Amino acid sequence: MLNAVLAFIYQNLIDAPTSYHLYVEAFLALWLFWLIRQRKKAEKKQRLTQEEEQLIINAWQPKPLVDEEVKNTENYNNGGIWGPITGRPGKIVEIDGQKYLNVATHNYLGLLDSKELDDAAEQCIRRYGVGSCGPRGFYGTVDVHIELEEKISRFLDLEETALYSYGFSAVASAIPSYAKAGDIIFADEQVNYPIQRGLQASRSSIIYFKHNSWEDLQEKLKKQTEIDKKSVRKAKTIRRFCIVEGIYSKSGTMCPLKEITDLCKQYKVRLFVDESISFGVLGRTGRGLTEHLDVDRKDIDFISGSLEHSCASFGGFIVGSSYVVDHQRISGLGITTQNCYCFSASLPPLLAGTGIKALEIIEQSPEIIQDVQDKCAYMHQAFMKKLTFFRVTSHELSPLKFLSLVGSEFLAGDVIKDLIEQVIIYVKEHHKITLVQPYYLESEHELPLPSIRVSINRLLTYKDIDSIAAAIEDASNCINLYDSVICNIPNQYEQTKADMIRNYEGHLKWKQQNNGVSEKEALEQDDVFEPFEIAEDSAPKKIADLHSRN
Amino acid sequence: MKPFDNGCIATNSSRGVATSSAKPTTSVPSSIATKMKIDRSPVKQIAKKPALTNGHVVNHNHNNHVIKPKTKVDLQRVEVKRREQRKRAGESFEECTLWDAFCTYLCYAVLVLVGYVNDLVRPRTATEQNRDGYVPLYASFESFYTRHVYRRVRDCWNMPVGSVPGKYITLLERESKDYGWTFNMTGKKVHCINLGSYNYLGFAENHGTCAEAAIKAVREQGVGTCSPRKELGNAHHLDELDQLVARFVGSEAAITCAMGFATNSMNIPAILNKGCLVLSDEKNHASIILGLRLSRATIRVFKHNNMRSLEKRLREGIVNGQPRTHLPWEKIFIVIEGVYSMEGSVVRLPEILALKRKYGAYVYLDEAHSIGAMGPNGRGVIDYWGCNPKDVDVLMGTFTKSFGSAGGYIAGSKELITLLRRGSHAHAYGTAMSPPVAQQILTSMKMIMGEDGTDEGVKKIRQLARNSRYFRQKLKQAGFIVYGNDDSPVIPVALYMPTKIAYVVREMIKRGVATVGVGFPATPLVEGRTRFCISASHTKEMLDHALGAMCEIGQQITIRCSRLPIRKEEILYDDSENEDVE
Repeated sequence: MLNAVLAFIYQNLIDAPTSYHLYVEAFLALWLFWLIRQRKKAEKKQRLTQEEEQLIINAWQPKPLVDEEVKNTENYNNGGIWGPITGRPGKIVEIDGQKYLNVATHNYLGLLDSKELDDAAEQCIRRYGVGSCGPRGFYGTVDVHIELEEKISRFLDLEETALYSYGFSAVASAIPSYAKAGDIIFADEQVNYPIQRGLQASRSSIIYFKHNSWEDLQEKLKKQTEIDKKSVRKAKTIRRFCIVEGIYSKSGTMCPLKEITDLCKQYKVRLFVDESISFGVLGRTGRGLTEHLDVDRKDIDFISGSLEHSCASFGGFIVGSSYVVDHQRISGLGITTQNCYCFSASLPPLLAGTGIKALEIIEQSPEIIQDVQDKCAYMHQAFMKKLTFFRVTSHELSPLKFLSLVGSEFLAGDVIKDLIEQVIIYVKEHHKITLVQPYYLESEHELPLPSIRVSINRLLTYKDIDSIAAAIEDASNCINLYDSVICNIPNQYEQTKADMIRNYEGHLKWKQQNNGVSEKEALEQDDVFEPFEIAEDSAPKKIADLHSRN
Repeated sequence: MKPFDNGCIATNSSRGVATSSAKPTTSVPSSIATKMKIDRSPVKQIAKKPALTNGHVVNHNHNNHVIKPKTKVDLQRVEVKRREQRKRAGESFEECTLWDAFCTYLCYAVLVLVGYVNDLVRPRTATEQNRDGYVPLYASFESFYTRHVYRRVRDCWNMPVGSVPGKYITLLERESKDYGWTFNMTGKKVHCINLGSYNYLGFAENHGTCAEAAIKAVREQGVGTCSPRKELGNAHHLDELDQLVARFVGSEAAITCAMGFATNSMNIPAILNKGCLVLSDEKNHASIILGLRLSRATIRVFKHNNMRSLEKRLREGIVNGQPRTHLPWEKIFIVIEGVYSMEGSVVRLPEILALKRKYGAYVYLDEAHSIGAMGPNGRGVIDYWGCNPKDVDVLMGTFTKSFGSAGGYIAGSKELITLLRRGSHAHAYGTAMSPPVAQQILTSMKMIMGEDGTDEGVKKIRQLARNSRYFRQKLKQAGFIVYGNDDSPVIPVALYMPTKIAYVVREMIKRGVATVGVGFPATPLVEGRTRFCISASHTKEMLDHALGAMCEIGQQITIRCSRLPIRKEEILYDDSENEDVE
């Protein structure tokens, strides 16, 4: 039988005129065989013996858990200027037995001093205890959570709210529940750290546009549409998002939300707005930037906010349409997303209760919003008029005032940091006011230049605001900031130096003419804040001392 | 195993951690007085045999004579016995039978099929208004599971609570008129025994020392802090808390954070970097996974609590080096949890520490569910296994569970904490912890440590151990498939099918017991389960009531189908141990 088959094949090979293909096939088969053998050999070469593996393992030296350079730095809070506080960090804060005027914490509406909030907290503790002892899904949804969520939705006139137990986590968790790998996110280059972490967790491709420049965003969007035209089918599946902040926590600038909303509508990009800072401060009734700029909130896919600033409580929230917000409650259960709405313990009920009370206060007394806005504007003016060495880089209505050193773009970061620290220490010691340098990690997307940050507090009087400005000016004079800045500017900026000297002299003249006016304005206000009033005669004396020494 | 240094002995005060050295000649502590104090309690333990077998089957075959240890060798024998017993406690994971798996898949298949028909006949997908021409935010099939499977059993989750989550819990009854799409409150309240909250030591109370102290903190310090600790949020009570936590867990220093989830997700990126290899247990919590992803380290997963798998991954990691470049890894981290909240299993810490020493890796231990709840002193799994806290490089835990508060900590060497004070996201950007929340932790932790001058804390720890053992043994005896370690306070019972999960949760609430059901996607498809979280505040009567209810339901649906041998002896609930407190 076999013989017959072989004979048949042999006969065919010889007879067939087109038998060359058989030879080719045979060659291919042999070649394949050879390739596989080669591959096996290569694999065998790779495999290590037990002893060799052991050698590698023995030779491997792990690096120490903590790098040497970190071990030696004793880096405490804000360069070690401020020790731990005692008692309530309200308008006045006690540090190491000394009372200071507090303009460092984000207590814009001064609600931390409000007794009503304390009462609400006490009631909640008496009813629910302290912890919630479970995530939202597993007996962690207390009725106050539902009430707070409904209240926020109603306050912002949107359908649904998801409450998170930490302000940082709200926006950081919400972004990756929508944006996935392959999607595109347009983000302002100065978005805050939680947003940056959310962007990172989403694994989408991120396109940063220039800070507050809707023109740049438009350009980037146009570029993207051109790319989309090349592969239409792919473009149909890519979700596009744009993320901005209402008031930027890194610079205090205000987002041109109207233009950005229009652009997003035009290019069909979904818009997320983080109103952590602006919620409860901007707008006629404290509903945030959307109210202030009269933007329809329905055009925004979700607004995130924090109860840790104006509301002086804890937690964060995401508010939007039911279609959007509901998805994030459940999507966190997926395998690829780690949404902390589902997996973290819910907000302690007492903090939710405090949040409800704070919102009630904001709702019922819109005059406090007006008050805080007036003070924001007044503080802005006071800083503009009084400060010679610091520029106010934030928006007039921003509750955060960033004071950056004049000429700081020409100085090394450490030098500015050091100079600012000197100012802060001087103000601490002589004027008893808490100024801080905002702290940034090195992993920030755009590390801002060091600056002083002053936060508004509704309880500050106009006189206090004047005294803050005067204190900073006094400190800059006394530590001779002018000379330090001029000395430290490298020689290649000769022109800048000359400009600065000229500007400075001009400013001094202008100040002499205007100084009296602002002082008068301050005196018109009837509130007097005694402990932090600056003794007017003491400061000039020191400047005189300094000059005489020179 | 290495002998422990004396620093550790001083921190773990009451029960013999010091004697856990295997070699008889090592570990002579400098202070004999301390030693005496430490060693007395195991003696007492042995003298009263039932004390050791709290909730365990009393077995009189051996050890029924009273040992009177006089010498050190004796003491060590006692310790070795205790450890053996712990090993024997063991863990059980009954594999799902083929039949059960088939039924479960069939159940899901039917649900999906009905869902498709439903979609065809009456499409009810939520549509977005005012977003024409946009790429959909999520595809319709993404919400398919939610619409057609989860929606039908939605009433078993997110139940609104109207009381303190203590030993009892008051649920606010809801009803749905449209099959789970929307809910309305009926205004009725359902009073239940709480077997669902993570209130292990029973500190969730709205009266008593803890609550009063928290209210005092509100009055003195307010509620908010409005600033990260790095700026002007650091307060005296937070520094005190850091130090207390360090003392409690027995490490050099500690740092605290205002949210438990964020403790992992916002601190891990500061510890790890791109050149690190992470070996992560497959059942690790979402917060750990998020933290690891944000750290950009390479993550490899090993099988749950499987030392062989871990060692294999370790060897592979070191031998192959980094992908592509084959550069050696800078550091290798083993990331584990103490008690796994969905499995009820306890990490095999001594073996992991042995592997760590063998290969020079670092260990990150998340004690979210075990701190306070495990070990004779409530110091977590380290205490349970009698290990040295200094052998674990990064100790993490939360205050949400045993302490009835919120937040978390990371403890370790001074250098590590310095690193975190510098680079932790939570420290730099997260708002500092609220004063009443911090106060609750301070009060409850001091109570556990016995620093309040009472023995309340120790009593609670023992009560919890007794309750957990009793409840688990009883469930096992009734033939339920119980997962996890005999000593863990988390007791999952396998139910497999989603319908059974919903049925059990609903029926248990009808019988006045609040439990938690867990199904896909939080667990694998065929591993749906219900979970009981035992608390020290439960009494035997409450547990018996819950057991009775569970058995009743077990008779209606086939869930009592464990194939393990069932113990015939009566399971005792020992009250005598209350007198045993020093």
